[in-house]
Amino acid sequence: MSERILTRRHVLLGAAALGTSACDSSRPREGFLGVMERFNKRVQTGLFSPTRLAPEEPVARLTPPGDFPKYFISETVPLAPADWRLEVGGLVSRPRTFSVEELRRLPRTDFRIRHHCVEGWTAVASWHGVRIIDLAQAVGADPRAGFVEFRSFDQGYYSSWDAPSALHPQTVLAYGMNGQPLTPGHGAPLRLYSGVKLGYKMVKYLTTVHFLPEATGGTWEDRGYEWFAGV
Amino acid sequence: MQAPEQRRPQPWPIRLAHWANVPLLAILAASGLQILAAYPRMGPRGHLYSLYPFQGAVPPSWLRLGDWLAGARHWHFAFGWFLALNGCVYVLYLALSGEWRRRLFLPRRDARDAVATLAYYLRIRPAPAQPGLYNGLQRLAYTCALVLGALSVLSGLVLYKPVQLQWLTALFGGYDPARAIHLLLLVLLAFFTVGHVVLVALHPRTFGEMVTGGRKPDV
Repeated sequence: MSERILTRRHVLLGAAALGTSACDSSRPREGFLGVMERFNKRVQTGLFSPTRLAPEEPVARLTPPGDFPKYFISETVPLAPADWRLEVGGLVSRPRTFSVEELRRLPRTDFRIRHHCVEGWTAVASWHGVRIIDLAQAVGADPRAGFVEFRSFDQGYYSSWDAPSALHPQTVLAYGMNGQPLTPGHGAPLRLYSGVKLGYKMVKYLTTVHFLPEATGGTWEDRGYEWFAGV
Repeated sequence: MQAPEQRRPQPWPIRLAHWANVPLLAILAASGLQILAAYPRMGPRGHLYSLYPFQGAVPPSWLRLGDWLAGARHWHFAFGWFLALNGCVYVLYLALSGEWRRRLFLPRRDARDAVATLAYYLRIRPAPAQPGLYNGLQRLAYTCALVLGALSVLSGLVLYKPVQLQWLTALFGGYDPARAIHLLLLVLLAFFTVGHVVLVALHPRTFGEMVTGGRKPDV
């Protein structure tokens, strides 16, 4: 052989380059980590049960209301405009907007469950609001809408969900917390709350709910956090 | 199949599983510490446990992998499967090959020898006779390491899916206790690893055996 194209040096350099690019933490959706992320998404989808409920927590476990973290990405607490209404649309037969008063007239659901933050802390509060599945019925959502996207007036913070998680009996549009109306710090006038997702999926300061045939991303998901994020 | 006593000290499946653990445990420990850095406290928000001595202390950057929380979570959840798979294959091999008799701690057989070996290490008594591949104390240590690894994977599954695997969450006493146990198991595995490396340095022959498999005993 006159010239060796593949020397040991080339192989080692290639393997090193492949190794680093395959496991790039700043772009975890690509390479080997990306392959494993898609595998984990399938595992999570498989583990999810539409009927398994997050356990109800006793009152004694309630996090003191002042200690429940408040989170938003705007510089100051986002405040709803006076003419705030929730727009519900996408693949629905009766798209419309709702005031909080109109949402209160839909069936109400209450639960007190544990909140799991992606950072690793937990907190307990009780929440009440209208289930997405009841809202879907009210607007005639198309069963072909496999995804639901939630957007907010908090700098456009958003997230899209798989329909089975959004239609879970413990996924609500919450207008109340711990028996009180929702406060601005926790997402007033309306936020998403669920027993089956990590905190960053639960969009606060809602403006729109769209039933969609395709998944979109999310504020944190677009930056590399996992999309399914079930608990 | 040969009886374990007539085999090389370290058959190739044992060596493969052993060396696979080195990068896997390093990746999982380092990415786990990066995840911990996002919230370096134990306990839920509002009711912090007071017993954790490093409350609020972030692990040093040279011990962490994954740059940030999302990156570290992808590393952790990617390689956790391989650690679990490696453990399952290892246990299956132990069971099917009969190697468990040489390696696992059986209290009735090994307890007395474990105490005698410990007394020897503490310079209290002379060295006990060592029939077989390992003494009782070694068997106890390796069996404990295997149990720690299994508990790490199980408590990790609690942190991954506390609601969908809520029966497992209940076994660990809830999400927050599981998180503290998960970290405690890392500390115990780190202590095991340090002791393991020190003892290998004192008995270099065992390192060669774990690389080459060693010689068959002269029967």
